[in-house]
Amino acid sequence: MPAEAETPREQVLYANILFYGCWLGILIMVVTYILYISGLLTPYVPLENITRYWSQPVSRYVEGAGIPLGWGWVALVGKGDFLNFLGIVLLAGLTVLCFLTLIPAYLGQKEWIFAAITIVEVLVLILAASGVLVTGAH
Amino acid sequence: MKGTRDLMRLKLAQIAIVLLFPALSFAGQAAESPPVPWWVWPVVLFVFCFVLGIIAVLAGVGGGVLYVPLVSGFFPFHLDFVRGAGLLVALAGALAAGPGLLRRNLASLRLALPVAVIASSCAILGAFLGLALPTNIVQICLGGTIVGIAILLLVSKNVERPQVPKQDPIGAALGMHGSYVEYTGELVHWKTHRTLPGLLLFILIGVMAGMFGLGAGWANVPVLNLLMGVPLKIAVGTSKFLLSITDTSAAWVYLNQGCVIPLMAIPSIVGLMLGSFVGVRILAVAKPKVIRYLVIGVLLFAGLRSLWKGLGL
Repeated sequence: MPAEAETPREQVLYANILFYGCWLGILIMVVTYILYISGLLTPYVPLENITRYWSQPVSRYVEGAGIPLGWGWVALVGKGDFLNFLGIVLLAGLTVLCFLTLIPAYLGQKEWIFAAITIVEVLVLILAASGVLVTGAH
Repeated sequence: MKGTRDLMRLKLAQIAIVLLFPALSFAGQAAESPPVPWWVWPVVLFVFCFVLGIIAVLAGVGGGVLYVPLVSGFFPFHLDFVRGAGLLVALAGALAAGPGLLRRNLASLRLALPVAVIASSCAILGAFLGLALPTNIVQICLGGTIVGIAILLLVSKNVERPQVPKQDPIGAALGMHGSYVEYTGELVHWKTHRTLPGLLLFILIGVMAGMFGLGAGWANVPVLNLLMGVPLKIAVGTSKFLLSITDTSAAWVYLNQGCVIPLMAIPSIVGLMLGSFVGVRILAVAKPKVIRYLVIGVLLFAGLRSLWKGLGL
């Protein structure tokens, strides 16, 4: 009988969410990108103008093109370029979702240290995603 | 029949290398000449990243570590946008690889979680630092780091199964141990030692990952393997999975600051992922060592170019 390495149940659950979420995110990215570059959805920043901005620091792009910071893009999700953020945000948010499933799993196993670590990690990721932290970009 | 197939795959690897340089040369020339129609850049970037994905797998390095220095060095994009896209490239690759690694126990949640809290918090700090510092300073630091990575890749000799006679108290308290099955069917048990210095090093790794948008597999693996005594397979798998957490926190900072331009970020992500799938298929039958040395050479060149740009020479 071949040797077996036991994979913890919470690890398998994490893997499953990651698997479906990742491929869904990539599929959304490809579809929204096609809608964007085909011109089916009008972009917020015209495609011809983007090339003027992408060689300059981000502050000039934000000021010149009127790009919203933080979650301000949600109001512009009907525009071709900002629609692409749906797939990107799904990919960037997957880890938080996966970590949320770990908290009850570790609490149930009375793994207090790991439950605490997981809660701290969720808070760190939410803080990063919230857009509350801002910098004076150069 | 098998020999012919092997030869074809080896040829494919050679073609990938041959294609990389014209793409770089086109990007370099077009960046300095009069405006190019907008649609040219996503196409060139997609092809370039597809080839880069193949080469990264064959060379055993992450996509992000090649993407940032090469794209910032040879394409017309500002470093702010390249770092934003670089983090998403590394993140997408890590997310796609994560499920397989976790299911087969080749990435350990127990090993990754404590490390991830440190690295991801510091990656946020690094991202803010990178966005606040003047571009030329970041470019110089990036150049120095890339040259350092090339040297590390050249001299670092990872150990397949490091000897860990006794687990240290911190590693034991955090339950940093596990087991996996080798391809021979052998069940291998592992545990960590020197856990505290290892965890402290992840402060620096997190800051660098966030500051340069590189991903950090190049640093994760030696620390997990050589310092903490984790078997190479688990170190590589956990490092890849770890990137999905570290890069997430830094990616949010770049995303919230407007550093993600979908027109360039999405062809980069999709191109690199498709290239990685092709690379894995080629890798299954051929592992041309020469590609690794070639990539080290390209990294050295890109690092020096970054230093050159940062110093305004």
